[in-house]
Amino acid sequence: MSDKATYIRRLGDNTLVLSQRLSEWCGKGPALEEDMGLTNVALDLIGQTRLWLSYAAELEGAGHTEDQLAFLRDAHQFSNLLLVEQPNGNYADTLVRQFFFDVWHYFLLTGLTQSSDARIAEIALKSIKEVTYHVRRSGDLIVRLGDGTELSHRLVQQAIDQLWMYTGEMFSSDAVDLALVQAGIAPAADTLHAQWLQHVQDILSEATLQMPAVDAWMQSGGKQGKHSEHLGYLLAEMQFLQRAYPGASW
Amino acid sequence: MNAGTSLRDQQVSPQPFPDQLKKQIWGWLQLVPDPEIPVISVIDLGIVRDVQVSVAADQEVLCTIVITPTYSGCPAMNVISQEIVAVLKQHGVSRVAIHTELSPAWSTDWMSEHGKNQLKNYGIAPPAQRVIDISGISRKHFLAPEVACPHCGSMHTICLSQFGSTSCKSLYQCKDCLEPFDYFKAH
Repeated sequence: MSDKATYIRRLGDNTLVLSQRLSEWCGKGPALEEDMGLTNVALDLIGQTRLWLSYAAELEGAGHTEDQLAFLRDAHQFSNLLLVEQPNGNYADTLVRQFFFDVWHYFLLTGLTQSSDARIAEIALKSIKEVTYHVRRSGDLIVRLGDGTELSHRLVQQAIDQLWMYTGEMFSSDAVDLALVQAGIAPAADTLHAQWLQHVQDILSEATLQMPAVDAWMQSGGKQGKHSEHLGYLLAEMQFLQRAYPGASW
Repeated sequence: MNAGTSLRDQQVSPQPFPDQLKKQIWGWLQLVPDPEIPVISVIDLGIVRDVQVSVAADQEVLCTIVITPTYSGCPAMNVISQEIVAVLKQHGVSRVAIHTELSPAWSTDWMSEHGKNQLKNYGIAPPAQRVIDISGISRKHFLAPEVACPHCGSMHTICLSQFGSTSCKSLYQCKDCLEPFDYFKAH
């Protein structure tokens, strides 16, 4: 598989897995507005997933469809970030995961709108309008909960401290990333990292929350298919229908 | 949705075709409603980008309708494609291809004035500002728009929920007449 196809698969895997996670909140949100918020974000992400995975499938040229990539791969063949497969936990866990992801997603897509690959730029321009809305919403909620009650402050801070080790992977570059940056297709990781840190720091300060150390130890492996145990359970649910009734359609 | 794409490949070099038919097709599409918001047509919503007409070797009319999705996950797009095909078939155009284009990305700026009025009369506040500002995400970029109540016209309204019954709307309430209402977000 070409570096470009691998890279695009990763983009699609991130939005797919996070979308599935958010969908788990459907009907269980802490308030109706939040339930609709999370599921609408999930819907945007699944739409973006289709754009990425159908492009990846085309580039791979193996005759797969976006659906086959989503429903017929096993955990080690998924290349999403470890962050997005982390369980929903309490609502602070879900929101902090979303906030970390949204800020990265926004700056990444901003970079990809300048991609030398026209199709990537086109998908990024389509997606960023949706993601801008997501990141404003999640930043807003972090401020409200961080600067809220003693309990909400404590839970958000705990979530930040627990999820922090999964943020490093967003800015680590392997050979695939480097090749795409070199080709002008993807933005450089260090630029993204600086933009991400700046915005996260701004929001956390406003929310009276502490940002963990930038040089803390970071977990990695998701992009290379080494996942936490959580992904298998997520896929078991997401892929059930196609596994039990292969080729089912309507 | 892509089932008809092969029709494009069958096209012979497009002959000059009476503009009359194209005009008619635009008119017919004006009667295809958005499945989620039936008071606005797919034309007024700005999702039909182009109508192409040509004649195949067997003299049959081939029609390609270029559409663009509102939101990338909008579940209405498949239904919209089916409805467009059905309406054109009713008018005797049986070979229709629906072609989806992402670029330029759909914007509420493309919504017609007629469409905005239709929304308002239906009780949905139309977009209150131009396209969403994607240039930044600091909190100063995120000032909630001032939305007029579609029922009484008051500007004294508040956002209850950033997301509403579909991706393209959020939920507001008027503090004067107290009615809740949907707001079609600027995008």
